[in-house]
Amino acid sequence: MGVMDPPLSPPLPPGADQDAILRAVGDEITNRGFVIAKADKLFNWARSGSLWPMTFGLACCSIEMMHSAASRYDMDRYGMLFRPSPRQSDVMIVAGTLTNKMAPALRRVYDQMPEPRWVLSMGSCANGGGYYHYSYAVVRGCDRIVPVDVYVPGCPPTAEALIYGLLQLQKKIRRTATIARS
Amino acid sequence: MNENDLIDEAGIASESPLQIMADHLREIGQGIVLSSGIIHGEIELQVNAGTVAQLLMLVRDDRQAAFTQLIDLTAVDYPERKDRFDVVYQMLSMSNNMRLRVVATVGEGQTVPSVTGVFMAANWAEREVWDMFGIFFSGHPDLRRLLTDYGFEGHPLRKDFPLTGHVEVRYDDTQRRVINEPVHLVQEFRDFDFLSPWEGMHNELGGNAAKADPDKTAK
Repeated sequence: MGVMDPPLSPPLPPGADQDAILRAVGDEITNRGFVIAKADKLFNWARSGSLWPMTFGLACCSIEMMHSAASRYDMDRYGMLFRPSPRQSDVMIVAGTLTNKMAPALRRVYDQMPEPRWVLSMGSCANGGGYYHYSYAVVRGCDRIVPVDVYVPGCPPTAEALIYGLLQLQKKIRRTATIARS
Repeated sequence: MNENDLIDEAGIASESPLQIMADHLREIGQGIVLSSGIIHGEIELQVNAGTVAQLLMLVRDDRQAAFTQLIDLTAVDYPERKDRFDVVYQMLSMSNNMRLRVVATVGEGQTVPSVTGVFMAANWAEREVWDMFGIFFSGHPDLRRLLTDYGFEGHPLRKDFPLTGHVEVRYDDTQRRVINEPVHLVQEFRDFDFLSPWEGMHNELGGNAAKADPDKTAK
């Protein structure tokens, strides 16, 4: 994994020279597969290295979520910045009890997030209703509303557990084939 | 207010301020208060639901009582009673450092006059009681549900409301919205008595306790 160095010389103007280089790259792609694999990894590297979580604190779990972002654990180290807007975020951390009344709002926020997007379910309540599993007012797991990528167990999970879950999500993203092959 | 005056007026020097206040409230609420008493160190007044607003106004505006704050307004369900609900008003008098509980017994389907005209704080509390118990408050400015989901049916804090309710939500991919469905549980709710770790362990004590047990010594 790596980034291409910035070009030291100014880019080639359109013409025969540029066409020759583009044709060479095209030939490379058709002849050998590894150039595509590298681009794949480049995308995954970029995506997993700047996961911007959507702030969706619903209950006491959100306190631990705040801890993971604060100076001791400092999610910024992994390029994770909390965004208050779904339009600018990649991953939604569902932190806390999801009630029936909140469910349409959660789905709306998820629908507003641009692709590619991921969901991390944090804590017993978001995973499967938890303590409130038999309540008349609580959704029995946020996966009834949105597709979930990573479940973090705990009541509430510690800040370390949440960061571990986010690192697992990074791993999952790196394993994904970003470019679809037909 | 001088405490000695109070005692002189009451005539009995040993009478507590709480008892004096209870007597005073019975006096100013004559014809409204059905019964009164001191329960758990607080005055409790029983009234008819129709006269609650009138009584709250009286105890608020009376200079000696001055129960100027409505702390809480809630209800209790006793399903075995004919008039199954108690609507409870918790009052506080800051100047007397005293609390007052006003209880009105209400049957199902009976309306209670709203006290929002006397205490604005009753607005959301009455909405919550309507939501949770289905007790209707007449004259309330905006009696909508407060806590439960939009379109929720039933009143959850009634004793005959099932714990798990009647509907659960799910996102439907074809309709592209969150829908309500009848509840389907994989496992029924199980209730354990965690306060009694010895449940089911009768006569299982060893040593002297087992020897003292007549059933065991007889064998």
